[in-house]
Amino acid sequence: MIRAIGLTKDYGSRRAIENLTFEAKQGEVVGFLGPNGAGKTTTMRILTGYMPPTYGAAQVAGFDVISESLEVRRRVGYLPETVPLYPEMTVYEYLKFMADLRHLPNGDDMVDAALDLVQMGKRADGYISNLSKGMRQRVGLAQALLHRPEVLILDEPTIGLDPAQVVEFRNTVRDVGKERTVLLSTHILSEAQQLCDRVLIINKGRIVAEDTPENLQSRLVGAEHVVLRVKGEADDLLPIIAKIDGVQNAKLQPDGTLEFQFAPGADVRPAVARATIKAGFDLLEFHPVGLSLEEIFLQLTQDNVRKER
Amino acid sequence: MRNIWTIARREYRHYFTSPIAYIAALLTLLTVGIYFVVIIYYTTNQSYYSNSAPGIDIIIGPLATVFLFTAPALTMRLLADEQRMGTLELLLTTPIKDGELVVGKWLGSFLFMLTIIAITLVFPIVLNKLTTPGIDQGVMVSAYIAIILLSAVFLAIGTAMSSFFNNQFAAFFATFAVLLVFWWLIRLPTYIIQDTSINNIFNYLDLNGRFNSMVAGSISLSDIIYPLSLTALGLFLSAVAVEIRRWR
Repeated sequence: MIRAIGLTKDYGSRRAIENLTFEAKQGEVVGFLGPNGAGKTTTMRILTGYMPPTYGAAQVAGFDVISESLEVRRRVGYLPETVPLYPEMTVYEYLKFMADLRHLPNGDDMVDAALDLVQMGKRADGYISNLSKGMRQRVGLAQALLHRPEVLILDEPTIGLDPAQVVEFRNTVRDVGKERTVLLSTHILSEAQQLCDRVLIINKGRIVAEDTPENLQSRLVGAEHVVLRVKGEADDLLPIIAKIDGVQNAKLQPDGTLEFQFAPGADVRPAVARATIKAGFDLLEFHPVGLSLEEIFLQLTQDNVRKER
Repeated sequence: MRNIWTIARREYRHYFTSPIAYIAALLTLLTVGIYFVVIIYYTTNQSYYSNSAPGIDIIIGPLATVFLFTAPALTMRLLADEQRMGTLELLLTTPIKDGELVVGKWLGSFLFMLTIIAITLVFPIVLNKLTTPGIDQGVMVSAYIAIILLSAVFLAIGTAMSSFFNNQFAAFFATFAVLLVFWWLIRLPTYIIQDTSINNIFNYLDLNGRFNSMVAGSISLSDIIYPLSLTALGLFLSAVAVEIRRWR
């Protein structure tokens, strides 16, 4: 269980996060979605007892992060974004060291279990310096899961993993998330949607939206973007496309493609395709583009403003 | 206590995988060894007009000088490197106290230094064989207590400096500078100042004077208490520095 009330953190004169209030229950996987520098890591560092907040309070696993920091740290598994490991140690030595620091009674068994969970049992005696990025990430995850913590906090856990590893990783998180509280951060929308029961969208230190992935998706249905590429220059095509009914904001992109939007429910794509061919252009590419995080924030914040009115 | 031991053990083992630790150990033993051989050679050739055999000071004296360099080399990475690699974040989110972390780090380096000191015990054994009636056992114990206390102080100062800086080399030079002050510079004002009460303070703080009298075989209570309190101060400052890092 995680409960944050009005968390604020200042680094000198810069405010990293402002008045964050949220909750994560047991058995819930909550995602922190936001661009780099939004305050995700700062928030996680406060919740793991690494640093105290400037204002506000937080309880993790029933203990206060400031006054009962050691109790919190006993019950939290944390994978920092940097995946801190000691390269000169073997995987097993490293995990045993962490087990000793956590006073685990049957440390050897716990290390073996954690290694099995991340499928690194075969590499236990290998030096960490020889591991690939993906494997290091798994060792980091094993470290976070080692003491079977009530609360698991993972900072950008899928960075640097290849697609197959991401799928594997998602399954692991989903498994462990059943009986624990998981808070993870990401800057990839689709990942937050796939992994989390609830998504907190954070930008410039503030929570701009909080919802289930499904609801967020439906709120995000605004204009649809399409990118179109033709052989040769698209300059002459632009006025033709722009004239078509329903096409909005048609413009040339620096890479020579043409981008436009259309309102949902008024699909102009067949008309655009026909017009392109008819005008004698060779159509090479025609695909929708997802919203960028910036656009999502823009939409969601405008949403809020509209609701407030 | 258990946490201190866990940290210290990892740190001690780490020295055996670190080239800097091997270089520091080699430098120490080589210097003391060469000095020892030269002195022995010199005194055996001069012995017919000098009837005083060399004492334990020919081993412990150069050892202290070399420690001015090897102590900063052993401590420079202790906390600075953890900060640089991001592993400090890992340690500070495990259920151990900042003080336990710092003391564990220091203890690891102290145990490694004790290992080096233990190896130097071959020199007094050789010296004992070469001289008649042998070396004074009491003086030897006093001299070894002196060098052990001195290394505790040096390493605690190094641990503190390593917690102040993110850069190992900054930590090295800062440690070296502070050691020079306590080892050498602090007694310089006594050559100028006439006031004995002020000079007493400088003499009290001077590690070198205390060390030399201990190596000569005389120990007072303050010779033990002063280095121990300096060690405690270094470790305390180091723990405070780690705590301050959390707030930034």
